[in-house]
Amino acid sequence: MLYREVGQYKSSYAADMAVFPILQDRIGIAVILVIAYVVFPLIGNDFLLNTILIPFLIFSLAAIGLNLLTGYTGLLSLGTGAFMGVGAYACLKLTTIFPHVNILIWVLVSGLFSSAVGVLFGLPSLRIKGFYLAVATLAAQFFLEWCFIRIPWLYNYSVSGAIEVPLRTFMGVPMTGPTATSLTRYLAVLTIVVVLTWVASNIVHGRIGRMWMSVRDMDLAAELIGIRLFRTKLLAFAVSSFYCGVAGAMMVFLWYGGAEAEVFAIDQSFLILFMVIIGGLGTLIGSFFGSALIYILPIGLRLIPGNFGVPIRPAAAEQLTFVIVGALIIVFLVVEPNGLARLWQIGKQKLRVWPFPY
Amino acid sequence: MREPAANETALGEALLAAEDVSLSFGGVRALTGVSFDIRKGEIRAIIGPNGAGKTSMLNVVNGFYQPQSGRITFKGEVRKSMRPYAAARGGIARTFQNLALFRGMTTLDNILAGRTLKMHRGFFWQLLRYGPALREEVEHRRRVEEIIDFLEIAAIRKVQVGRLPYGLQKRVELGRALAMEPDLLLLDEPMAGMNLEEKEDMSRFIIDVNQQYGTTIALIEHDMGVVMDLSDRVVVLDYGRKIADGTPDEVKRDKDVIRAYLGETH
Amino acid sequence: MHVLYLIFVDPFMQMVHSPDLLMQTLWDGLVGGVLYALIALGFVLIFKASGVFNFAQGIMVVFAALTLVGLHEHGVPAFVALGLTVLVMLVLAFGVERLMLRPLVNQSEIILFMATFGLTYFLIGFGQLVFGGNPKVMIAQDLYLPSGAIEWKGHFGFVSFQKIDIAAVIIASIMVAVLAVFFQRTRIGRALRAVADSHQAALSVGISLEQIWVIVWFAAGVVALTTGIMWGARSEVSFSLQVIALKALPVLILGGFTSIPGAIVGGLIIGIGEKLGEFYWGPLLGGGIENWLAYVIALGFLIFRPQGLFGEKIIERI
Ligand SMILES: Nc1ncnc2c1ncn2[C@@H]1O[C@H](COP(=O)(O)OP(=O)(O)OP(=O)(O)O)[C@@H](O)[C@H]1O
Ligand SMILES: [Mg+2]
Repeated sequence: MLYREVGQYKSSYAADMAVFPILQDRIGIAVILVIAYVVFPLIGNDFLLNTILIPFLIFSLAAIGLNLLTGYTGLLSLGTGAFMGVGAYACLKLTTIFPHVNILIWVLVSGLFSSAVGVLFGLPSLRIKGFYLAVATLAAQFFLEWCFIRIPWLYNYSVSGAIEVPLRTFMGVPMTGPTATSLTRYLAVLTIVVVLTWVASNIVHGRIGRMWMSVRDMDLAAELIGIRLFRTKLLAFAVSSFYCGVAGAMMVFLWYGGAEAEVFAIDQSFLILFMVIIGGLGTLIGSFFGSALIYILPIGLRLIPGNFGVPIRPAAAEQLTFVIVGALIIVFLVVEPNGLARLWQIGKQKLRVWPFPY
Repeated sequence: MREPAANETALGEALLAAEDVSLSFGGVRALTGVSFDIRKGEIRAIIGPNGAGKTSMLNVVNGFYQPQSGRITFKGEVRKSMRPYAAARGGIARTFQNLALFRGMTTLDNILAGRTLKMHRGFFWQLLRYGPALREEVEHRRRVEEIIDFLEIAAIRKVQVGRLPYGLQKRVELGRALAMEPDLLLLDEPMAGMNLEEKEDMSRFIIDVNQQYGTTIALIEHDMGVVMDLSDRVVVLDYGRKIADGTPDEVKRDKDVIRAYLGETH
Repeated sequence: MHVLYLIFVDPFMQMVHSPDLLMQTLWDGLVGGVLYALIALGFVLIFKASGVFNFAQGIMVVFAALTLVGLHEHGVPAFVALGLTVLVMLVLAFGVERLMLRPLVNQSEIILFMATFGLTYFLIGFGQLVFGGNPKVMIAQDLYLPSGAIEWKGHFGFVSFQKIDIAAVIIASIMVAVLAVFFQRTRIGRALRAVADSHQAALSVGISLEQIWVIVWFAAGVVALTTGIMWGARSEVSFSLQVIALKALPVLILGGFTSIPGAIVGGLIIGIGEKLGEFYWGPLLGGGIENWLAYVIALGFLIFRPQGLFGEKIIERI
């Protein structure tokens, strides 16, 4: 019985209501944090940090953002890419206008801009839901995408029309721009993601999380127990877009180092939605699983067959990814609508009684 | 037949009064000029054949439907119609004919959700889930645990309600309504689809709620035995009109009622 | 003041002064609208009969066209390729019913909706994997579709009508007429309408739900193929068309999810509206507003008339 809660009596409601009530879970989290903060920086080469870990973390955060809206509140959004874009462009403008403020502060603040835009496009959720709302969020997606291209002020009139990330230092260490090392950027991304994940977990385990889930599960009943639907939905839009905005800003400033508007196109919205579906709607840990699977799958497809002497064209790898992801979406919705996170729980359940079958 | 409630003196004061309420959906007239009142502390039954407009009446009372005409007086305040939020705020809670639980949430979370209106810690404390926010959670958890004990559902505390059997779901729904600590509790067929034992349990809960907490209850129920046992007064609807109103005994003897309702079902 | 003039007066002056340009814009909008309407029609067919909001409808258009062209590239004669493509759409319908609809039968509509995202991605990847990802040219000539343009000169200028556009409008009209007859007059059609109202009713006609799903998905596939041919002939066949195909969504919002006339009227409104908007008001904003105008029109609609043009207001029950 490696994993068990038997015998761990909770002496108080507070202990029972902790996010990780079981000791083994807390140990697990500690181990993961140690690996993330100590082991990876020690062993990590540029490839691991820059190509795998940084994007994985950023996508996880975006997926958490969308999950708060779609998985927890039940509002389907196809505008994630654009909301991420708002964060990225806001961050660029902020650091251009106030270059001396720490860039990480601007990364976080740019999330607030994204929130504001998110709330604006969330207004129709007052009257519509389901796929009607999804179409409404498409308006956000395409309109914002158009703004990113047509308003040169947003990308500082750069000739290429792309965001060019300037050099920003923190206590003399380059944080963004070409001279920032992957390790610095990795640690920055990691810290932001850890803190924001902790905050998200606080939100969903408390009153607000319950309000969101009530709206998701049965909005009419939620209204009749005194939940103000409109406010609750708008709050979900605000918080969700904040997360997406921060993820977008990090994507450009701490990963790509520069980006065109295309990065925030509808494909990005879908990718993140798929992470949420495959990882598990309404679970935070699932957002990490989904991001790992969907982001790392194509990398694996490109690399692994090559190692076995079966070279695969990059284009074919990408197409294969589409086929697999598409099929996985359907398989998960059919077999396990709660996604990888549910499989994880079932796995833990098995461990809990291991080695006995019951 | 119930003994007259001990707080008889408090009876007589109307907690809620509906006057001349009419409601229609397109061509369908769900309610036509219905007037009745619910007095403080009583158990008021609403009965009638299928489609009589009982559920619609409750929906008007807690603001889910806006009647075309008529008015509602609640706690002395007159209004043309309620808003659901205002109704909840004012102390009206409700269970539903076809279960309206939050199926993806646990029993505990469902009942805790019922306490939303009583929780006040702001957004920023929620982000930290620390200090006042955590204390508030714990305090309300304690209240919720009392309800869970009262309804004898401790064993299913952490089970997703969507996976519970029907009878237990009905109980959880009652628990969620009780968590609101309402002044007026609306129960829409709380015993539909239950076996005898479950019905007895539910009847006991209803009487206990009424007597221990003095909660006023409006109850829709098809089982005449239950209605006769539980209720202080009964209002009878048929085709959206009120056809009788009085004590269970009076109503039972009413000719219109026998023709419209009892005669039809028995 | 000048801004107001540019928005409210100038565009209309232009319309009056050069009616030929106005006519041309209207015609282009009309043709675009007809194609949107066809995609929307596929949506409506499926939604009516199975309650599934098929996000993949737009991709089915591209997939069908790609299959047709791809087969022809591999040396299959045009009309044989056409027949084979129809067969592929039938297989697709069976596959969707077996692997997606049947296992998801009692799930909420939003789950089904998301499943069609999966289908979308699957088709994109699969189509490209088999036929290659580069844009292709529709085999319009081999299918005896007309090319070239008719120019029509009036005393105020001239308007040019692409023959393929004229053909598209005619074929689309025939298609709608055939579908209407199919729904009104045939036994299967009546069953399809019945299933939209109640599943029991459909069973009493003696057709199983599964068969009905296959039939509507197949019908939607054929509509998609037709749309794909027309569209491909006007531009090219590639999955970049999917962004345009998404425009069928605002069309549906306008027309309602269950109404065939709604899909047509909605398609025309969006098609013409966005061309007029782009041509007369777009320059004020720097152009390219075609990309989002349709959605914003739909958004406005959603806020004021959520049930669409033809839908009835539904009062939710609890
Ligand atoms: N949202 C609605 N839209 C249209 N008609 C409605 C709606 N709600 C109720 N009705 C109609 O109003 C009438 C009264 O319905 P209601 O549900 O109030 O009856 P009821 O007395 O609760 O019946 P039951 O015993 O079957 O629950 C019925 O004819 C019903 O069809
Ligand atoms: Mg009823």
